[in-house]
Amino acid sequence: MFYYIVRRVLSVVIMLFLITGTTFLLFFAGPSDPARYTCARNCTTAILEGNRKALGYDQPVYVQYGKFVEGLFVGRDFPDNAALRAAHPEQIVHCPAPCMGYSPTTNQTINALVATAWPVSLSIAIGAFVIWMIIGVGGGVIAALKRGRWPDRLIVGSALIGFSVPTFFIGLILLTFPAIKWGWVPIPHYFPFTQNPLTWASNLILPWLTLACIFAASYIRLTRAYMIETMSEDYIRTAMAKGQTKWRIILRHGLRAALTPIVTAAGLDLGGLLGGAIITESVFSMHGLGWTAINAVINMNLPVIVAMVLIVSAFIVIANMLVDIAYGFIDPRVKLVG
Amino acid sequence: MDDVRDELTPAETLESRGTRVDRTPAASTSSKKFLRVNDLHVSFPTDDGLVKAVDGVSFDLEKGQTLGIVGESGSGKSVTSLAVMGLHRGTRAHVTGEIWLDDEDLLKVSDEELRSLRGRKMAMIFQDPLSALHPYYTIGSQITEAIQVHEKVSKKAARTTVIDMLGRVGIPNPDKRYDQYPHEFSGGMRQRAMIGMALINNPELLIADEPTTALDVTVQAQILDLMRDLQQEFGSAIIMITHDLGVVAEIANDVLVMYGGRCVEYAEVDDLFHQPDHPYTWGLLSSMPRLDRVKLERLVPVAGNPPSLINVPPGCAFNPRCAFKEFSPRPCDVDEPQLLESYPKHDSRCHILVPKRAEIFAERVAPKL
Repeated sequence: MFYYIVRRVLSVVIMLFLITGTTFLLFFAGPSDPARYTCARNCTTAILEGNRKALGYDQPVYVQYGKFVEGLFVGRDFPDNAALRAAHPEQIVHCPAPCMGYSPTTNQTINALVATAWPVSLSIAIGAFVIWMIIGVGGGVIAALKRGRWPDRLIVGSALIGFSVPTFFIGLILLTFPAIKWGWVPIPHYFPFTQNPLTWASNLILPWLTLACIFAASYIRLTRAYMIETMSEDYIRTAMAKGQTKWRIILRHGLRAALTPIVTAAGLDLGGLLGGAIITESVFSMHGLGWTAINAVINMNLPVIVAMVLIVSAFIVIANMLVDIAYGFIDPRVKLVG
Repeated sequence: MDDVRDELTPAETLESRGTRVDRTPAASTSSKKFLRVNDLHVSFPTDDGLVKAVDGVSFDLEKGQTLGIVGESGSGKSVTSLAVMGLHRGTRAHVTGEIWLDDEDLLKVSDEELRSLRGRKMAMIFQDPLSALHPYYTIGSQITEAIQVHEKVSKKAARTTVIDMLGRVGIPNPDKRYDQYPHEFSGGMRQRAMIGMALINNPELLIADEPTTALDVTVQAQILDLMRDLQQEFGSAIIMITHDLGVVAEIANDVLVMYGGRCVEYAEVDDLFHQPDHPYTWGLLSSMPRLDRVKLERLVPVAGNPPSLINVPPGCAFNPRCAFKEFSPRPCDVDEPQLLESYPKHDSRCHILVPKRAEIFAERVAPKL
């Protein structure tokens, strides 16, 4: 068990290096000049070259990557160029470890950027997760029990609709009608949970529903399929022969066994979402990680892109690892061997 | 064919074909037995048509006695037992007839009443204990659950009872085994745990559906011994479902042979082995290996396949596979034989006249057994 976890953590670290390294390479393989995007209309060669030096874009790719990794472990100072730092010590920005870089378009360290964006993404992901798990698992269980009859058809049918309609469409419908036209809920704007949980929730309800709609659909289908499978197992018949009551058989015996693959999928989906929900955040102008990432791509903002890739992939691989470890606890037949 | 029938005088028919059994089967003497199954029919609607899995089966059973139900796969023996347990409820199966347990018709009682009987008054041991036990719960907690469904007991008290039962069914280190999962048990130990689970509430009726099929022979014998001992101790009635006549000889008092969803022979165990009275039973006996014979002969399988239960052929269900139908005075593929009493407390379902059957068995079947 211990060796298994050590081995998995090591492989996660290696994977993250590979992913960020590849992102660096891909970025520089492209035909555009990232420094050009840091310098607006009145751009002179002097400003352009100054920015290039300040951001370290003048260095070879492997040096830049080396500095990026160094920043992650020990922190670094900006501007990147030592001569520039010596000339203008008052402009030095220190970025402590784990330093993910400096965003030239917003003039702040990426750590500061993430610190404001991450709570938004976290709030959206957690709320949506709770809603879609309740609807998805609940709906799936009911559909499985009423298999072939009208509740099943209704649930599976709406799941299909929820799954086929694009996120931005659901988002826009929800924004237009309940928020703008009918005024039932505020037009979404992020308020920290710590300020007022109610305001927080009422502002987030539309993004939550939008995301939950998409995910609930696939969880309904997943839960339904696994419930139908486990409810036909011999141990369900054993539980009936014991005289166990209907709902205990369904929950304690059926759902308990069906839950294993659902937990796997849920862990991975939640991990992915913690890195930001690009479309939902864009539709509702919630400035979370997804919104930050898409803006970084539009502005060719290399440091932010790399940082976002790092964060998203870290969430996914760590979620993956946690799900695998959780298996050892969920299913007594699974032994984690290093 | 018609001339054959003409040769029979009415008097001859009555005498030599056996007397008609009136619902109550031969083995029943007292009017009120513990379990009485009357004219049980179970059918399942499928896309291909109605499957008549059990087609008019009757039997009864006294406490402390064991009934063996024998037949090949698809003969309806498991479906019969599931119907007694009421496990067909909520499925698409259609069940008619009467199943009297003491004074209650199990086909008429409410779902809730039936649920409270299951696991308490009647319990079941399943064929494959690995798939019949839940992989995510420990053996102990699964047996504890069987207690706590029916009575309010503290977990601690239940644990003591369960550990005691695990010891009684012959599981070593029961207090340690209590906390282990089914996959940590061997096949024989799992079956013992299954039996312990079924016996935990001292059921008066115990149905064992091929409890020894998945086990090797030495373990089989131990399990049968165990069931016999526990029957002596608790005085339960046991229905033993099996395809193995050896198991029946070992444990049963009465035997019911099923073929194609119907009872073809029903007798006390000694009678069945001494004077088997149906060609299908002969087939089963011939396909049974015997170690006490020196003569090395190939086992004779029953030729052909079990009948389709959807388009049941007219006449006797066994006729396509019957090696002796030429002796029948009536057309086996047209007329359906009735279950008649050939000897006292010994019923069978065959057109061949009783004396002729005795002759065929003595001359052509018995020497090869």
